[in-house]
Amino acid sequence: MNKIVGKEYFSDQVVKLVIEAPYIAKSRKAGHFVIVRLGERGERIPLTIAEADIEKGTITIIVQKVGVSSIKLYNMEVNDSINDVVGPLGHPTHVEKVGTVLASGGGVGVAPLLPIVEAMKNAGNKVISVLAARQKNLIILEEQIRQYSDDVVIMTDDGSYGKKGLVTHGMEAVIKREKVDQVVTVGPAIMMKFVAILTKKYNIPTLASLNTIMVDGTGMCGACRVSVGGKTKFVCVDGPEFDAHEVDFDEMLLRLNAYRDEEVVAYDKFLNKYRKV
Amino acid sequence: MEGSGLLEYLKKERSQEWRAELRSNFKTKERTQLERLAMPEQAPDKRNKNFTEVNLGLTEEQAIHEARRCIDCPNPTCITGCPVGINIPKFIKKIEAGEFLDAARVLKETNALPAVCGRVCPQETQCEQVCYYPQKLKKPPVAIGNLERFAADYERNSGKISVPEKTAYNGIKVASVGSGPAGLAFAGDMAKMGYDVTVFEALHEIGGVLKYGIPEFRLPNEIVDVEIDILKRMGVKFVTNFIVGKTATIADLAKEGFTAFMVGSGAGLPNFMNIPGENLIGIYSANEYLTRVNLMKAANPDYDTPVISGKHVAVIGGGNTAMDSVRTAKRLGAERAMIIYRRSIEEMPARDEEIKHAKEEGIEFLNLNNPIEYYPDDNGRVRQMKVQKMELGEPDDSGRRRPVPIEGSEYLIDVDTVVVSVGVSPNPLIPQSITELDVSSWGTINVDKESMQSSIPDIFAGGDIVRGGATVILAMGDGRRAAAAMDRYIKQKVRNIISLIKEFKTIGEILEFAG
Repeated sequence: MNKIVGKEYFSDQVVKLVIEAPYIAKSRKAGHFVIVRLGERGERIPLTIAEADIEKGTITIIVQKVGVSSIKLYNMEVNDSINDVVGPLGHPTHVEKVGTVLASGGGVGVAPLLPIVEAMKNAGNKVISVLAARQKNLIILEEQIRQYSDDVVIMTDDGSYGKKGLVTHGMEAVIKREKVDQVVTVGPAIMMKFVAILTKKYNIPTLASLNTIMVDGTGMCGACRVSVGGKTKFVCVDGPEFDAHEVDFDEMLLRLNAYRDEEVVAYDKFLNKYRKV
Repeated sequence: MEGSGLLEYLKKERSQEWRAELRSNFKTKERTQLERLAMPEQAPDKRNKNFTEVNLGLTEEQAIHEARRCIDCPNPTCITGCPVGINIPKFIKKIEAGEFLDAARVLKETNALPAVCGRVCPQETQCEQVCYYPQKLKKPPVAIGNLERFAADYERNSGKISVPEKTAYNGIKVASVGSGPAGLAFAGDMAKMGYDVTVFEALHEIGGVLKYGIPEFRLPNEIVDVEIDILKRMGVKFVTNFIVGKTATIADLAKEGFTAFMVGSGAGLPNFMNIPGENLIGIYSANEYLTRVNLMKAANPDYDTPVISGKHVAVIGGGNTAMDSVRTAKRLGAERAMIIYRRSIEEMPARDEEIKHAKEEGIEFLNLNNPIEYYPDDNGRVRQMKVQKMELGEPDDSGRRRPVPIEGSEYLIDVDTVVVSVGVSPNPLIPQSITELDVSSWGTINVDKESMQSSIPDIFAGGDIVRGGATVILAMGDGRRAAAAMDRYIKQKVRNIISLIKEFKTIGEILEFAG
């Protein structure tokens, strides 16, 4: 059992949870994720490790309410326990000194971006971060990102904070301003698709950290498969990071909707039950 | 026990008074006149709508009748067909004598999971194939598997489950990587020999393929749990959600005091055919489909994991996993549940019993058909598949006739769910995490076939990570051999240390040497 030892609300949609998991804290590197299961009837869902504290033996995950499992997680309190947390999973991010790294994150995608930005900075790179969200209260981890970035650009869809516009607008301004050697992007699949189109235009190597449907997370089922360069890859063991210019984002977007109907039914059922209590 | 030692032991056991008396009660001739009893089972049109067990098990009277058919051969060839070396005539004669709990005890001397093996072993190619009846009389063999299941079930239902005896606890820590059949058999034997055994499992449940793979209608998870509970009562520790090679490495665990390891991490990596459209929504690997239904209970609305319950389901492949998948699809409400296999029914690797059960349940068999492309609807869901007809050509390396496509025979089938069951590859996590380990080009761990020891002396391996996709019972046999060899290896190591210590004169010298 993994006890929750810290909880912080970023907004009424997004929460940060600090969870006891000493082995995972010790072994994890930037880019790694965990799979968690809530309760004996829960499903297994993947979440990126945003931070870890080896001394305290804890890992940090950041959760946005999108469906039944994420609402259950959002509602968990300090001293509650999560029955299953397994990891660290996936390959760690490939980190080396390349020069200037442009890191872009959308919504809760900033959580997995944080350890990558930290590792890129520690490897001696100049790091420019572009954080994007629909509105001001959905921008998270700004302070932590600033700590490891030489420059931070904030973009909101409605202009309620930073500049008005999409993540790609902020990125293009940077690319036009100075030479970028490497782009790293994490966020909704649709955002990463457009980041890939943008950086392809400027021919900048781009890594995307993919977030697909998963079950076991150890390579035994292929639920998370994507086409990369025309070949089928398993995100959980071959990724989660891939060359963004090789990823078939349209196929990935379709596969993310595989259970849309079931998710809606489960969500309504959950809300009904919740109201009765 | 091996060779002449084993024969001596079996002879002595057979000459015991109670066995001799049973033999004298019935003449061999009378015994061989008895008919083999069919296993009672749920009616096909009822069972294909539920997930409870198909086979209902023998009654006490039926079990005694079947046990009487065994003539208690002086040289019991059946034992040579059992990968874990169960003393088959002894447990069967215990059943004939009505000593059902004793029969279960005999099974557990060599088999940690008798209720499992009695259900899922392919007995027709193992113990039952080398039984006296088919060998000498050309008659159906004694139903050894059904009797094993009877004894194990009787014991479980009696509430008087025996825990195998252990030798004195020696405190030496050993680990199993994986809690499937190889790991569980290994753990049982090591615990009996007094070791401090920990089993590490990546998933949240113990049992490997017994839990996520084999469906409830063939092997209820509850039965697996009862057998795992016995191992717990023998002192075996289980750690779930722990991926050796990721959560911690073998080197980390060695530092924590584990002396030796048995890797039974299985062949969990599903193969796909790499044909166009295979990543459409509604196309599953058999591993994913079965894991959702068996491990995550996706068919039960009270559980959070979803699964697509298609109306027109095609399962690609001809093995036991394909049969499990297609029968599961039928139970989830498929109007049309099809097996699509590129060879003829004679070449199918699935057990005859599974094929028979599937046919009775209304599964369609499209043999000599092979998928070549899948087509989506507007939402990216699979809607149709293109299939090509095949004919059999010359035999290939495996000795089976090679399927050859018939040009121009392509046609379309409407499908909304497809389950790809064309084999599995070894899980790469362990081989990737220990770079010095000697691994074959297929990704299996190379071991000495007798001792199951890998190129690294402290690491043993068994089951599918050594064999590729094989059977539950072969994995268990590997686990038992690894346990026996690891015990010899550790004892030799201890003897070496003791003789080394004897060469020193003072404690100070020893401490200095130990550094």
